[in-house]
Amino acid sequence: MSETTSRTGLSRLATKLSGAATRLGKSVLPFVVVILLWQFASLFFPRFLFPSLIDVFWRCIDIFTTGSMFADVLSTVLRILAGLAGAFVVGSLLALSMVRSRAVDQFLSPILSLFQGIPALSWVVFAIIWFHGVEFRIFFIMVMTTLPAFTFQVLGALRGMSKDLMEMVFSFRPTRMKLFRVMIVPAVLPDILTAWKVNLGNASRVVVVAELVGATGGVGYELLQQQQLFDMAGALAWTLQLVFFVLIVQGILTLIENTAFRYRAVSERAI
Amino acid sequence: MRDVVTPSDAAIHLDQVCKVFGKPGSDAAYRAVDNINLDVRPGQMLAILGKTGCGKSTIFNMIAGLTEPTSGTVRVSGRDPFADFDSFRGKIAIVFQSDRLLPWRTAIQNVELGLEMLDTPPPERRAAAQAWLTKLGLGGHENDYPHALSGGMRQRVSIARAFATNANILLCDEPFSALDESTAGRLRAEFVRLVKENGKTAVFITHSISEALQIGDRIVVLKRPAVIAYDVSFDAATDEKERELIRGRIGDVLAA
Repeated sequence: MSETTSRTGLSRLATKLSGAATRLGKSVLPFVVVILLWQFASLFFPRFLFPSLIDVFWRCIDIFTTGSMFADVLSTVLRILAGLAGAFVVGSLLALSMVRSRAVDQFLSPILSLFQGIPALSWVVFAIIWFHGVEFRIFFIMVMTTLPAFTFQVLGALRGMSKDLMEMVFSFRPTRMKLFRVMIVPAVLPDILTAWKVNLGNASRVVVVAELVGATGGVGYELLQQQQLFDMAGALAWTLQLVFFVLIVQGILTLIENTAFRYRAVSERAI
Repeated sequence: MRDVVTPSDAAIHLDQVCKVFGKPGSDAAYRAVDNINLDVRPGQMLAILGKTGCGKSTIFNMIAGLTEPTSGTVRVSGRDPFADFDSFRGKIAIVFQSDRLLPWRTAIQNVELGLEMLDTPPPERRAAAQAWLTKLGLGGHENDYPHALSGGMRQRVSIARAFATNANILLCDEPFSALDESTAGRLRAEFVRLVKENGKTAVFITHSISEALQIGDRIVVLKRPAVIAYDVSFDAATDEKERELIRGRIGDVLAA
């Protein structure tokens, strides 16, 4: 009897492991194909067009282990996070005032829509003309390019809150602080995390443009150096630093989502 | 059999109350409540009965302080529930038509909600919430999220949430209408017992004559736009024959 039970347990474990391996294989497969195609191309094209990925790998290790180069990566990461945090705080305040006042909403909505149409490069030019400090210029560019999206996303989240739940919480006569803590923050958190995920990608692209033109350090500045040297391996290695950063932060946000939103019902049937 | 309550000793007092939605006088204006006068004495269980759209929920929201009357006076325990909104913290509790549980909170955390607003220390509010959940037969489900509970269980959590604050006035807006008849019947009986045991004043909105007769010791029938068409009081001594007469009269008023 116990032998049969342990055999069933083993077979279940084997099924689970094989399922996990299949899922892992499916998610890794596209990357493997791209890597193989690149490596294959590197055999036939000159190094400045398609360098070997082994060279790129060693350049990445070089960036990680050389203090001054890793400091460049960190400064870019900090610029992204500072810009996003600034845009999020300002955007949330704007969204709150737009929800509270129709007049503010009617005044700010067209301005934010106008900002959305301004290309990141234009903000770079404006920042260079208007400001002196490199760090403030980059912060300004980051905030201005991500502000409209953050504002509209937080606004949507606030407007999408359940009226029924809000009324229920109001029936207990909460103070403003308690209303925020028990109702508003948990209700808008899913949308805020999604907004961060979306804006993180945008910010990592914009920061490179800002650093290309206006900075003396950071990933964007280093990419400019690689372009002048026609060093494709270096350009790829520096680009990968940003990709790694985005993947790490996305992973952290997903972890927060999985922990904070475990209350959500999961349907056995997918969409 | 009409209940006589003087305004001064009424727990809830409505005097010449009107509610108009939209701009008064315009074509779009809708008069939901028309010159209602109503006094509810402390400890009374009033069932407000009427067809859908007759203004029951508007009256309910005005008593709860969630809607401002267009004209007239609403007083709960002698104060204006809309203007003195915050002063009613912990004094009015509401059970809504749907359970309205916060999905990100477990059953016990939902029951604790009202006590959090009253700044009750965490150990005390946890103990009170636990006691109410156990009383309503939800022991063992304290840490379940709402999605893991059945409709009846969720509504019981919302009843526990309302009772946990120990508010003197309980407002209920068709709380059992979304449940199957057997669950609703069981919860209704539990609800009446708890209200009586704890000496609450309760206003219960319903569109079911049977529910009104089972719950209330006074029934007010509303006709559109909310005007009182029938007002009757009775008690445990009222015999079955008399109750049948009241049922018939209510039926006639609603059909008229």
